[in-house]
Amino acid sequence: MVDIVEPIVARRSPRYRFWLDRSGVLGAVFVAPAILYVLLLVGGPFLLAVYYSISAYTIYDPSWQFVGLANFRQIVQNPAFLEALENTFLFTFASQLLGLILGKFGALLLLRPFPGRKLVRALIILPWAVPIALASVAWQWMFDSLYSVINWTLIALGIIDRAQAPNWLGNPHLAMLCVIVVNAWRFFPFAIVIFLAGITSVPQDVIDAATVDGAGFWRRNYQIIMPMILPIVAIGLIFGIVFTFTDLSVVYLLTNGGPVGATSVLGFQGFQVGIVSGDVSHGAAISLFMLPVLFIVVVAMLRFIRRRDI
Amino acid sequence: MAAVLARDIFKTFGETPAVDGITLTVADGEFMVLLGPSGCGKTTFLRIVCGLERQTSGDLIIGGSVVNDTPPRARGVAMMFQSYGLYPHYTVRNNIAFPLRTQRIPRKEIDGKVEWASRLLGIDRLLDRRPRQLSGGERQRVALARALVREPTALLLDEPLSNLDAKLRASARLDIKQFQQRIGVTTIYVTHDQVEAMGMGDRIAVIDHGRIRQVGTPTEIYDEPADRFVATFVGTPPMNLLARGGGCLGFRPENFLPRDMIDGGHGGITEFSFRVDRSEYLGSERIVYGVIDGFDTQVITARLPPAHVAEESIRPGEWHPFAVRNSALRYFDNDGKRTSRH
Repeated sequence: MVDIVEPIVARRSPRYRFWLDRSGVLGAVFVAPAILYVLLLVGGPFLLAVYYSISAYTIYDPSWQFVGLANFRQIVQNPAFLEALENTFLFTFASQLLGLILGKFGALLLLRPFPGRKLVRALIILPWAVPIALASVAWQWMFDSLYSVINWTLIALGIIDRAQAPNWLGNPHLAMLCVIVVNAWRFFPFAIVIFLAGITSVPQDVIDAATVDGAGFWRRNYQIIMPMILPIVAIGLIFGIVFTFTDLSVVYLLTNGGPVGATSVLGFQGFQVGIVSGDVSHGAAISLFMLPVLFIVVVAMLRFIRRRDI
Repeated sequence: MAAVLARDIFKTFGETPAVDGITLTVADGEFMVLLGPSGCGKTTFLRIVCGLERQTSGDLIIGGSVVNDTPPRARGVAMMFQSYGLYPHYTVRNNIAFPLRTQRIPRKEIDGKVEWASRLLGIDRLLDRRPRQLSGGERQRVALARALVREPTALLLDEPLSNLDAKLRASARLDIKQFQQRIGVTTIYVTHDQVEAMGMGDRIAVIDHGRIRQVGTPTEIYDEPADRFVATFVGTPPMNLLARGGGCLGFRPENFLPRDMIDGGHGGITEFSFRVDRSEYLGSERIVYGVIDGFDTQVITARLPPAHVAEESIRPGEWHPFAVRNSALRYFDNDGKRTSRH
């Protein structure tokens, strides 16, 4: 038996000296700025928008008169709104799909070591990093009715005739295609990063095991790697969908919603009605309409991820 | 099932040779253990056999045909990985069925074979679970079932027990050996653990720096090491080596005993004066560390049966008469190669 002979003295430490060591206090201090930020810059405007949407507020008549759901009733009866809603879905899902496909292929290409891979990896982030206002100017020239480099190339290759050169931004269907392509171009570096992160997180042992078990390239990719990284890709896709669904920059800069509303999306229409035309209450109603739609999409996807968790 | 032949296999990564000319024959149904320290090239060799790596030069022959340029899926070998490489998104059933599905075997037949393999390994009640819901030992069995299910030409195991705790390891060792014997599959087993190698291998290939130092049965490897590397790599504690003249004299710690515990027998004995520095009591044995008179810099170990040697009789700091039977002495030349006599 070992005896402890040292006397035990109760030593009192100053009360506030280790104040910050308490996780309750320190945690609150660290979290406070983020909460403050969200409350002031997201919560406040959001509540304001909710109020605008159920009032008759315009910049010419800043009354706070309560009108109930009248604004919402009016916008859903407006054909322009319904067209914008349809466009938004098409724009969002088509550009995400295209971005994901490009991202998958890009990631597979960038996975293999080759000379200059680091440089290419850095360059490929450019579409994401370049301000969209700047990039749009370049795209606008590429889609220009007279000077389009795309048309010039197609004519030079003899694929199309000069007389039938497409007017990219003038034709309603082509204009939609253009905004989708530009948005997918903007999104695909993000998709590459997501896919690269996912694929590198798959243990080499698992891939090797599949190879030895007789799986070729396609089976490895679509039966092993893809299902394993699906949760990561789905998270990326949620971000992509939310940002694209609410985005107006590409449409605003490239087509300005035209021709004749063919590329108008909800974010763009909300901006046009609420800010440009000054009909704040209807603009707020259009914008808020996106909320339940996105909510359903996000909840459905999160549930899907949770069910598949591995 | 098939024999595996490797002829002059070389593999270099850039400038560094990982496998430096391995020639090895594994007979049909044999359990061959590749034993070596980490980084010796044993895993690389295994990956060459299953086709995950392409050898820089040399021939690989499985079941009588040269498979140098045959992709892994056409070689018919199965491999079990150190961390098992189970597919986390599949149930145990689908994990085991995967190698059969890649061969487009009819559904009915797959079900039957999965049933057979899971029964064999006692995991049939786990079939609907996912890998993350399994314990380490269960995962190991699933991985083994997945490897055995398609009755491979050869079974390759890459340190399959290193992720298990010590107790489980002992029972898994027994299991693997039993399944291997029951199925009779040609097996190549990579490990750095000499207990696994000695206990499981029909033969052992000791590898160092990408080269085979010795191939032999466990008894041959232990009793007749071909060189100093094998002598000191196999055995815990390793063989004692005394620099002597142009070469080396070696003897196993368990053969180094107090003089009065040894009778002369045939061939006589060699006596040493041994100064005990430290003694470790390990229950079933006592490991004694010290130096031999005239070789002050060399720590020598002796392994004594504790029941026969009272603690008082081997007191640290004192010189004791020790001896080795001459038949237990091994001689190595200047290059470390075994010689018959010095």
